[in-house]
Amino acid sequence: MVSSITNLAAVLVLAPFLLGVINKTKALVAGRTGPPLLQVYFDLAKLLRKGFVVSSTTTWVFLAGPVLSVVAPVVAALLLPLGGRPALLSFTGDMILFVGVFALARFFVASAAMDTGSPFEGMGAAREVTFSALAEPALLFGMLALTRMSGSLTLTGMFDLGASAAWQKASASIILILASWFILLLAENARVPFDDPTTHLELTMIHEVMVLDHAGPAFGFIVYGAALKLTVFAALLVMLVIPSRPDSGALALATFVSGLVGVGVVVGLVESSMARLRLVRVPQLLVTATLLAGFAVVLVLR
Amino acid sequence: MTAGVATHNGRALALKDVPFLEPSQFRGWLVNGVRDKGRRIASYFGVAGGPESGPAADGIGLVAVLADDANGRLSVARASCDGASFASLFPEIAQAHLFEREIAEQYGVTFEGHPWLKPVRYHHSYRPGHDAWGRPSDAAIPPGVMDFFRVEGDEVHEVAVGPVHAGVIEPGHFRFQCHGEQVFHLEIALGYQHRGVERALVGGPTKRTLPYMETVAGDTTIGHALAYSHAVEALAGTQVSARAHAIRGIALELERLANHVGDLGALAGDVAYLPTAAYCGRLRGDFLNMTAEICGSRFGRGLLRPGGVGFDLLPAQVEDLRSRVAVARREVTEAVELLWDTPSVRERFDHTGTVTPEDAESVGLVGPAARACGIQRDVRHDFPAGIYRFVHLPVMTAHHGDVNSRAYVRWLEVQQSISFILDQLDGVPAGGPGAAAGALKPDSLVVSLTEGWRGEICHVAMTDAAGRFSRYKITDPSFHNWIGLALALRDGQISDFPLCNKSFNLSYCGHDL
Repeated sequence: MVSSITNLAAVLVLAPFLLGVINKTKALVAGRTGPPLLQVYFDLAKLLRKGFVVSSTTTWVFLAGPVLSVVAPVVAALLLPLGGRPALLSFTGDMILFVGVFALARFFVASAAMDTGSPFEGMGAAREVTFSALAEPALLFGMLALTRMSGSLTLTGMFDLGASAAWQKASASIILILASWFILLLAENARVPFDDPTTHLELTMIHEVMVLDHAGPAFGFIVYGAALKLTVFAALLVMLVIPSRPDSGALALATFVSGLVGVGVVVGLVESSMARLRLVRVPQLLVTATLLAGFAVVLVLR
Repeated sequence: MTAGVATHNGRALALKDVPFLEPSQFRGWLVNGVRDKGRRIASYFGVAGGPESGPAADGIGLVAVLADDANGRLSVARASCDGASFASLFPEIAQAHLFEREIAEQYGVTFEGHPWLKPVRYHHSYRPGHDAWGRPSDAAIPPGVMDFFRVEGDEVHEVAVGPVHAGVIEPGHFRFQCHGEQVFHLEIALGYQHRGVERALVGGPTKRTLPYMETVAGDTTIGHALAYSHAVEALAGTQVSARAHAIRGIALELERLANHVGDLGALAGDVAYLPTAAYCGRLRGDFLNMTAEICGSRFGRGLLRPGGVGFDLLPAQVEDLRSRVAVARREVTEAVELLWDTPSVRERFDHTGTVTPEDAESVGLVGPAARACGIQRDVRHDFPAGIYRFVHLPVMTAHHGDVNSRAYVRWLEVQQSISFILDQLDGVPAGGPGAAAGALKPDSLVVSLTEGWRGEICHVAMTDAAGRFSRYKITDPSFHNWIGLALALRDGQISDFPLCNKSFNLSYCGHDL
C-alpha cells in the first residue's frame, strides 16, 4: 500500500520531467543545447503565479476543461499498477473507467474550446473529437487482448505477473499491442506525426488550438494534465515490456522510471526523424493502430 | 500608332517618345499583348498632374509596361483618362486585377466592369476630392475593412486569421470560406504596412531615397537597391565599373541564398521535420553574415549605391568569402537533400497547394512561384542587366506547381547561386567601386527590372523638367504573387495553409509600400 502511494507520487512528480526528456532528445538530435530538463517545471511555476483573463462569452465549462484535464490522468494513474505495485483503486471492469475518464476530459476540453466561440478552437475541437473516436478502439482492443491473456478484468490483474508469463505464451500479441499503443500514445498526446507540439500555427494544430484562450493557472493545469497523460500512456507501454517484480520495491520503481524515460527518448527520436502527417492521413494511421490491436485479439482468441 | 514604344531593361526613354494611345487603343494594345502574344503586365500605374497626365485637364495619365519574356523586350505606352472612370481590363486579362484596384485607390478612378474593385492599402486618394468609393476626404479608413467574398450554406464556415499572427511575422488578414477542412475560397486583405513610399519618392532623388529603397522590403534590400541604382544610372547616363557589377551580383545572390535557405528550413519546420529546420536556420545566418562581411550589414544596407558600390572587396575578403561559401555549400547540401530523401516530407510537399500553369500565366506570377509551374521567367535570363549580361544563367524550373516544386526550384537556385558566387570570386575584375551618379535627364522614363529572390522587381522612374522624380512606381514581386497563394488554397486543406504560405513566402511591406 505504502509503495503503491510512493509510486503514484513518483509518477505525479516526474510527469513534467518526461516532457523535458523529449525536448532534450529533440534538441540534441538537431545539434542544439535545448531547454533544461526541468524547463516544464519552471514553466508551470511561472504559469501558476500568473493572473488570467477569462472571456466574457464563456461559462463555467471554460474552466471545467483545465480541471478535468488534470483529474482524468490522476484517476487513470490511480487505476494502474504502477511500478509493479497493485493499483490504489481496483475493481472489476476498471479498464472501462480508465478509457472513460479520458473521454470525459476530452469532452470537457472540447466543450471549453467551443465555449470561447473562436473559429480556430471550434476547428481544433472538431479535429480532436474526430481523431479520438478512431483512437479509442485501439486502446479497448488492446485491453481486451490483455484481459483474455491474463484472465483478469482489472488493470492490476492484467499487468500483474500474468503479463510476464504471457510474454512466453503470446509474445506476438504483446508486440502488436505495443506497436498499437505507441501509435496511440503519439496520437493522444498530440505528438509528431499527428500534431506538432512546437508549432505556433493555429490552422494546423489539433490539441494546442483548443486551449489558445486558456492562460495563467488554467493553462498550467492543461500543461500539467498533458504531461501526466503522456506519462500514464508511457506507463502502459512500460508495464507491458517490463514484467512487474513484487519483491524489491525500490528497484522496481527505478526500473519503471527508467522505462518511462526510455519511452520519452523514443518519442523524441521519432519527432526528430519524420515530418508530421497531412491531416487527412491521420485517420489512416489511427485505423492501423486499431487493426494492430485487433490482430492481437485475434491471436489470443485462436 | 497603336502600340507601345519598345525599350530594354534599364534604358532611358524621352517621355515624348512614349506614345499616348486612345483609351480603346490602349486597351487593345494590352489585351492583344497579354492574351494573344503571351506578354504580361510588368507594371501599370497612374500619373497625376502636369503634362504627364495628358490632354485632359482634370485627368490622370495611365502608364503600362508590357514585358515580352521570350524576346527580352519591354514596351511602354500611356493613355489619358478623364479622372473619373476607365473601362476595366480585368474581364479580358486577369493580371490587370490588382493594378486597377491600386490605380482606383490612388487616383480615385472607377474601373467600369471590374467585378472586384476593392481598396488595396486603405489610404486616401492622391487627388483630394476624388475617391473611387465616394468616401469623404476626412473619413478614417481602417485597414482590412471591406466586403469580403462570402460563401453561404449550412455547413460553410468562415475562418478569419490575422492581422495579428501567432508568429513574429508581418500583419495581414486572411479570410477563408471553408467546408469542414476544405477551403473553397481564400481572400487576402493587406495594407497594414502601408507607409507611403511612392509618394515620399516624388521630388527625389534625395539623401533619403536610397534608404527608402533598401527598406521597401527589408529582406530584399539588395534587390530593390539594385533596381533603383540601375534606374538612376540609366537616367544619369552613368557608366558602372565591371568590378562594381560583380560585387552587386555577389550581393544579390547572397541575398537569394540567405532567403532560399531560410525558406527551405522554414518549410521543413512547418511540417515538423526537425533536422533540416534546425540546420537551415543557422545556415541562413551564415549567408547573412557573408553579406555583413562585405559591408557590415547582414541585409546589405549601404552596400549598393547609384554609380557603383559603397564597399570594395579586399583580396583577403575574397579569400575568406570563398572558403565560407565552400563550407556552406557542403552543409546546405547535407541539410537540404534530407528533405527529398524523407518520405514523410515528400508526402506533405507533393500535390499540396497546386497552381496550374494556366492560372500562373493568367494572373502573371513571377519568380520561383512561376518557375515552379514550369514557366520560363527570370529577369536575369530574359532581361539581363549588370553582371547578368556577361554571365548567362539558365532558368531553373519545376513542373508541378505544388509546394514541392516551389521548394525544389529554390534548391536548384541555391546551387546555381553558390556556383555563380564562386565563379565571380575567382575573377573579380579590376577597377574602382564606382563614382556617384550625376544629375538625371529631364522628362525621361526608365523601366528597371531586377530578379530579386522573390521574383521580378520592377521600378519605373519618370522625371520632370528639372530632372526630379515626378513619379516612381515600385512593383514588388509580392504584388503579382499574393493572388497565387489564394489560388493555391482553392479546394485545399485549411491545415495546409501555413505550408503553402511559406512556400510562397511573400512580402507584406513590399506589397503595401
